[in-house]
Amino acid sequence: MSYVFQFGIVWQELDKLLLGTWLTLRLSAFTMVLGLAVGILGALGKSSSSRVLRAITHGYVEAVRNTPFLVQLLLVYLGLPSLGLRLTPDQAALLAMVVNLGAYATEIVRAGIESVPRGQIEAGRALGLKPHQIFRFVVIVPALRTVFPALGSQFILVMLASSVVSVISAEELTAVTDTIIARNFRSFEFYFVATGIYLALSLAFQAVFAVVDRLLFRRWSAHT
Amino acid sequence: MIREFTLSEAWFLVQAVRWTVLLAILAFVGGGVVGLVIAVLRVSRRRLPRAVAIAYIKLFQGTPLLMQLYLVYFGASLLGLQANAWLAAALGLTFYTSAFLGEIWRGCIQAIPRGQWDGARALALGPMLELRLVILPQAFRIAIPPTVGFMVQVLKGTSLASIIGFAELTRTAQMVNNATFRPFIVYGLVALLYFLLCWPLSAYSRWLERRLDPVHLAPTKLAVQ
Repeated sequence: MSYVFQFGIVWQELDKLLLGTWLTLRLSAFTMVLGLAVGILGALGKSSSSRVLRAITHGYVEAVRNTPFLVQLLLVYLGLPSLGLRLTPDQAALLAMVVNLGAYATEIVRAGIESVPRGQIEAGRALGLKPHQIFRFVVIVPALRTVFPALGSQFILVMLASSVVSVISAEELTAVTDTIIARNFRSFEFYFVATGIYLALSLAFQAVFAVVDRLLFRRWSAHT
Repeated sequence: MIREFTLSEAWFLVQAVRWTVLLAILAFVGGGVVGLVIAVLRVSRRRLPRAVAIAYIKLFQGTPLLMQLYLVYFGASLLGLQANAWLAAALGLTFYTSAFLGEIWRGCIQAIPRGQWDGARALALGPMLELRLVILPQAFRIAIPPTVGFMVQVLKGTSLASIIGFAELTRTAQMVNNATFRPFIVYGLVALLYFLLCWPLSAYSRWLERRLDPVHLAPTKLAVQ
């Protein structure tokens, strides 16, 4: 093999890689928060008594889950302007990621809501709780507790999928890596290091979610 | 010059579906073979094969598919092989698919009750025959619904091969869009084509899963037991 690896120059670009890591973290964090909100709304829609609302959420979930994220991203970034909605790459990336995560989160949260025994809701009603109180205290918190591990895995998948938004040059780790490579042509070295950073991020997320699960949900379950 | 988006452009897109399907089949076959090895290593009684399988799964599930494709693509050219989008796409997707299938099938193998393992051991079959004759045939049955469901992920994953220049459906869409500049119609049609490929698989997987789930069996059938 005649190729000489030069991992030394990775150090020279360390600040850029760290910036990219931060941007990926930020993009993923926004996506998680907004996507979970969409997921909760979607789950509400799916278990609504209105047939129209159920059909809309069902269509949304099936459409998103059965098409590639890359096509969704290109449709948002290139397709929406012809409907009059022009977005910057960063906005398009965030929107596409939230729409994507929202569909998966809808299914996950819905499964959690279905796992809440009907008797609990009736008990809430018997205690004179208002519908929004029942939803908040009796349904959604226990539901999220049940499905938190599944949500965590989905969050990690969406963080990894965020590397795809580099194709519309939204700012994150892969896009930053692409820019570095465009100047020094050390493709393998830099993609290798970026892959390592992604691996570290997903392991870190796993650890953080395990801690959150323990602190947040164990404590709540001790109170209820 | 901007071309009109006509039926012939649409037909061009429809024809590109075969490359997406072919790539997905390659990835699924390759990923299935490697995934089976990973699943068997993962349930091994010895520690080393188990650790190797866990590391493999963690590595490929914990990194973006796009990065795996890049590394295979650029790595192959470093090894002196011609950088080839076919090879890189098939190999990269094989790694990805095998890690997920390995983990799915591990779950199916471990769902087989202990008594079956004990029974197999009592027959003195040896570890390989135990798996082949007793455990895997039973695990196979429960593995079908999640495996069919994962085929949807593989099909969608093939779209990333467009980024390393493999001319499947998404790449073809980019070419058609560059010529016609009708992104909404082009990508809308492409999304529809992917949906037509993926949705039947999703629905079939759900149907299979419901059929295996005893909760959904008719009450009379349960009463017999």
